[in-house]
Amino acid sequence: MTTKARGGNQRVPVAKTYKIYIDGKFPRTESGRYFVLEDNKGRVIANVCRSSRKDFRNATVAARKAQPGWAGSSAYLRGQILYRIAEMLEGRREQFIAELQLQGTTQRAARTEVDASIDRLIYFAGWADKYQQVFSAVNPVASSHFNFSVLEPTGVVSIIAPDDSGLLGLVSNVAPTIVGGNTCVVLASESMPLSAVSFAEVLHASDVPAGVVNLLTGMRSELTEHFASHMDVNAIVFCDAAGSTARTIQELASDNIKRVVARGGIDWRSEASQHPYLIRDTQEVKTTWHPIGV
Amino acid sequence: MATPENKLAFEGGWEYSPAPESTDHIKVAKKYELFIGGDFVAPQSGKYFDTINPATEQRLSRVALANAADVDKAVKAARKAYNGPWSRMKPADRGKYIYRIARIIQERAREFAAIESLDGGKPIREARDVDVPLAAAHFFYYAGWADKLEYAFPGRRTRPLGVAGQIIPWNFPLLMAAWKVAPALACGNTVVLKPAETTPLTAMKLAEVIADAGLPEGVVNVVTGAGDTGAHLVSHPGVDKIAFTGSTEVGRIIQRALAGGTKKYTLELGGKAANIIFADAAIDEAVEGIVNGIFFNQGHVCCAGSRLFVQESVAEQVIRKLKDRMETLIVGDPLDKNTDIGAINSKAQLQKIESYLEIGRQEGGDMYQSSCPVPDKGYWCRPTIFTGVSQSNRVVQEEIFGPVLAIQTFRTFDEAMSKANNTPYGLSGGVWTDKGAKIFKMTQGIRAGVVWANTFNKFDPTSPFGGYKESGVGREGGLHGLDAYLGLEAQS
Repeated sequence: MTTKARGGNQRVPVAKTYKIYIDGKFPRTESGRYFVLEDNKGRVIANVCRSSRKDFRNATVAARKAQPGWAGSSAYLRGQILYRIAEMLEGRREQFIAELQLQGTTQRAARTEVDASIDRLIYFAGWADKYQQVFSAVNPVASSHFNFSVLEPTGVVSIIAPDDSGLLGLVSNVAPTIVGGNTCVVLASESMPLSAVSFAEVLHASDVPAGVVNLLTGMRSELTEHFASHMDVNAIVFCDAAGSTARTIQELASDNIKRVVARGGIDWRSEASQHPYLIRDTQEVKTTWHPIGV
Repeated sequence: MATPENKLAFEGGWEYSPAPESTDHIKVAKKYELFIGGDFVAPQSGKYFDTINPATEQRLSRVALANAADVDKAVKAARKAYNGPWSRMKPADRGKYIYRIARIIQERAREFAAIESLDGGKPIREARDVDVPLAAAHFFYYAGWADKLEYAFPGRRTRPLGVAGQIIPWNFPLLMAAWKVAPALACGNTVVLKPAETTPLTAMKLAEVIADAGLPEGVVNVVTGAGDTGAHLVSHPGVDKIAFTGSTEVGRIIQRALAGGTKKYTLELGGKAANIIFADAAIDEAVEGIVNGIFFNQGHVCCAGSRLFVQESVAEQVIRKLKDRMETLIVGDPLDKNTDIGAINSKAQLQKIESYLEIGRQEGGDMYQSSCPVPDKGYWCRPTIFTGVSQSNRVVQEEIFGPVLAIQTFRTFDEAMSKANNTPYGLSGGVWTDKGAKIFKMTQGIRAGVVWANTFNKFDPTSPFGGYKESGVGREGGLHGLDAYLGLEAQS
């Protein structure tokens, strides 16, 4: 929007409208509100959707609707779709690097962040058909029963993404959530929201079914409470909230016994931050008993 | 002829129009060289052998014969690649290369399926729906393990073994290559692959894929040839691990040859699986399971359900329905999408099967074959069952590796179990019953590495496969399949 034609016969570039992503579509916020994203010289980069409680509720409906189908798809398919997301992101690498730079990241850091995001998607794609093998068990009960415990997705997960890592922080929290068959509603980084919107476009082009990932932009201070309190959300993953905010989230979550996953102070650039326990965080354990006999 | 109970005879009024898979999109060269150190190189032996289409007996291509010097060259190339880039590479990057292989196989799936069918005789439908997609899935699955090995073996540090010598059979040429190459690479090993002499083409195509995927030179090498080539690979001192799939007879020779050495090995050998039908089973589904169990891939399946045990009270019904179903099976052109049973893989294999038909009859068995016409040229065997046979008959005890089923009956659960286990083999088994508790009682009792309940011949990259007893050592597939390609050490 601030892009200027530099006189002469130079082409006037087309600026992009950054919208939110709900149920596989790109609407504007129903509230009609916006907040201004500025670069470090105070110039307007974009007018970003300031999502409302209503947007969140719509997104949750979409996530709930998509969840059984997504959980019911094979692990192999989910793995291939995550891999596909990585392929699409790789193809748009330069765009994401430029966009991170626009939001104040240095070129070197932007490149590192985009590459790490692609690799992280591959990492979790690989887990799709493996975490079950690592975390499930056949239990040697004393009676004559075949008894086994498997993981199942907890359902719809609300995610408050890290603020300081617009793309990598988002990917690092979304990928382990959806690879396990959950669907999610995500609040993007407030200070760096553009990468999230563009990432939604990548998801949209990667055979991710509508509603599996829903992405909102907006103010943490406004939306956190709704992310934590909604009665049709099964778990909340919140990043970098401390003190009274963390406490409020936990209190609100207790209304429907949401699983609360607090992630703070994690350097998502580090490979040590990727592990399958991020998948397990939003899984339930189901145990089946079956008799053995003639 | 249609009877009130036989709904499958269509009185000759139903004919299938031919539905041939086209082959104009595939590329088969007139001659294939060895794939060593990233290049296609002429064999030092100077010799080539023919690979033929068993459905037409016509030559498809000529393939290099690797001698001891060629194998040595391949092992050295693999060692160099191991010491060089491959074992030092970041595990996640190794994974990316393996993902590329999976993706390229998916892209070229149709070509692979057609060549697999041409070279090996299997119906295009099976090559298209089973062999090729599963091969791609294996690469995809193991690619993901490359950077996750610490989660597979908690408390131990894993290390690759070095150079893996892999000898694969002719019944699922590409798929068996995938079963072996994918985990080996994921664990950081390099490979010398020896395909079967009757079905080398898809291995050469896989070599092309590996080259296209940009793997470092020498990470995978392919040496074509017969038993001698395999023997050179087994005995080569530069090989750290042998993976073999084939007959128990050859497996024994390999195990003996490796005695006293330090080479790690896995053997996936023969089988004579019991497929057990209880009276309370869904009979029509069980009949489909019997057909799939023994006639899938012309019965060239080590885990084929080649011994059928039917509970006495339903035996007559099951056998009648089975015969009706057999009558509908189409034997013929493997490239025709209507074909159920393709060509027997080779003349030698056909002779072996036919000798067992003769043995079965001489031993007093009642042989029944469907009346399906078969082409004049090529190697064919109609679906065949033997009734009136007993535990000591050779067609009950020995692996025939063809579309030949030996049928016996039983009265009690215990009788079924003891008959099922009365075999030196222990690769797989099947059980058909409506009672879940009985299934688990059976899976507990059957001495075999894979048991299918109310299904048969299911395969998945995540699911371990391999035998008890004389059906082999070790497992391929799944988390457990990683073990074959790693050393486990104390954590420092």
